[in-house]
Amino acid sequence: MIVFSATTSTFLTVDNLSLVVQQSLVVATLALGQTLIVLTGGIDLANAAIMVLGTMVLARLVINGSNSVVALIAGFLVCAALGAISGGLVTMLNLPPFIVTLGMLTVILAAGRLYSEGNSYPVTDNLLGILGQGGYLFGQIKVTHGMTLAVVMFAVTWYALTRTAWGRHVYALGNDPEAARLTGIRVGRTRFSVYLVAGVIYAFAAWQALGRIPNADPNAFQTGNLDSITAVVIGGTSLFGGRGSVMGTVVGALIVAVLRSGLTQAGIDSLYQDVATGVLVIAAVAFDQVVRRRSR
Amino acid sequence: MTTPALQARGLVKRYGQVTAIDGADFDLDAGEVLAVVGDNGAGKSSLIKALSGALIPDEGTVLLDGVETHFHSPLDARHAGIETVHQTLALAPAMDIATNLFLGREVRRTGPLGSVFRLLDRNAMRSQAQDQLDALGIETVQHIGQLVETLSGGQRQAVAVARAAMFGSKIVIMDEPTAALGVKESGQVLDLIRRIRDRGLPVVLISHDMPQVFEIADRIHVHRLGRRTAVVRPADASMSQVVSLMTGALRPGDPDAPPNLVDS
Repeated sequence: MIVFSATTSTFLTVDNLSLVVQQSLVVATLALGQTLIVLTGGIDLANAAIMVLGTMVLARLVINGSNSVVALIAGFLVCAALGAISGGLVTMLNLPPFIVTLGMLTVILAAGRLYSEGNSYPVTDNLLGILGQGGYLFGQIKVTHGMTLAVVMFAVTWYALTRTAWGRHVYALGNDPEAARLTGIRVGRTRFSVYLVAGVIYAFAAWQALGRIPNADPNAFQTGNLDSITAVVIGGTSLFGGRGSVMGTVVGALIVAVLRSGLTQAGIDSLYQDVATGVLVIAAVAFDQVVRRRSR
Repeated sequence: MTTPALQARGLVKRYGQVTAIDGADFDLDAGEVLAVVGDNGAGKSSLIKALSGALIPDEGTVLLDGVETHFHSPLDARHAGIETVHQTLALAPAMDIATNLFLGREVRRTGPLGSVFRLLDRNAMRSQAQDQLDALGIETVQHIGQLVETLSGGQRQAVAVARAAMFGSKIVIMDEPTAALGVKESGQVLDLIRRIRDRGLPVVLISHDMPQVFEIADRIHVHRLGRRTAVVRPADASMSQVVSLMTGALRPGDPDAPPNLVDS
């Protein structure tokens, strides 16, 4: 941040910081769902694809004249169902999450493109675009409804993870699934619920995405899955499961957004931004590994 | 004679051609420490699994306090008051002691906070966990909020044993509790086992360590070839006699065999 504020005159302005947060919302929301799955020792490569399909469903339904509330419900159901399919494959067939979600990624991407019929769909509906607008001023910072929603979602997830038995079971099964089973935790059910909840969270991400850019584009957010994983890992959640927090993910998502925004404003090509993000992930995982090795 | 706490008659478990339990009997008296010894592959683990619900026997009956019971899962056995300390301990390393003690059995707050918002009663769980450690005299653990991964092997074992003692209302089963421990830590775990027995809970101890078995057990169940060969008192037998019974070098009826407490 210091580097960016020194090299560009616009970086450290209130408006820009508000913008950075707004830009981070979609990835942060994706990363919230990703955090839950990574805590169980899994990984979700399909999250951005699920979200993009969600935006397509929302936009097309509204454009075809459906009520925006109905469209929202449909979008949530689609995303939840896709999360449930991943979860079902992982828990019932006992397949590795990496493979399951890699397959889901390919299938859902293709489905999104077929469904889009090669077009993108601009959204003019008020309800679908509401998260990018309005809100109020907090000091000088413009707080959008999307920011408020994100804060609520992180708070609720934090509560569920740290103050309820479900959250403890999520951590426990990420720690050691066999130990969790022996203590009487219904491991399969808990794991499945995590993928289902993540699917619902991706639907919120779809809503956030339309608030940010009111256009449903099947080719948007192609690196959303990796960005969300980056945010989770930089936030200190272990890819081996059982360790981490949603608060870390908030920080991770902001760091990713600051990096992207800062590099953009410094006039650096977006391909180099991908390079920087990639390096950041590897560094974060390496750090995690070193810390874990030392603690053993 | 009082009713045994846990009994089994004629248990059989076959896996295809292999017979893991071959008509085994089992008796655990109230308030005793019963050691189960046997050579590798004698079927100790299978027997214990059948008693703790981890496997369902093909034949035979299990009686808890004289009442015939059928466990379909380890949870059934737990609900019936039988707690098992597994060799792997079944602890979550990145979680603290109190959390581990209540894992899978969390206590929620009373009222709508608990029923609607599912809020855990962390203070109640912590204080109960602390009470439990104090009651068992586990002093090596300094703080109930310590992560399990920061504990030594013996301390982890103590946490697992404390959990079993806390929720086991009828019986505690321990699978090789000292196998991974040094001499001093083993001694501490043996003290724990005694304390649990002194509180009236019978303990089943599976062990390979003969000196330990002789030190702590009230009776020794010798398992061989999938069934019970003999039950002897440590006072009546020598370690080499028990080992001979385990390997079959000595049979229960032999003139130089120790007195057998059961019919084989």
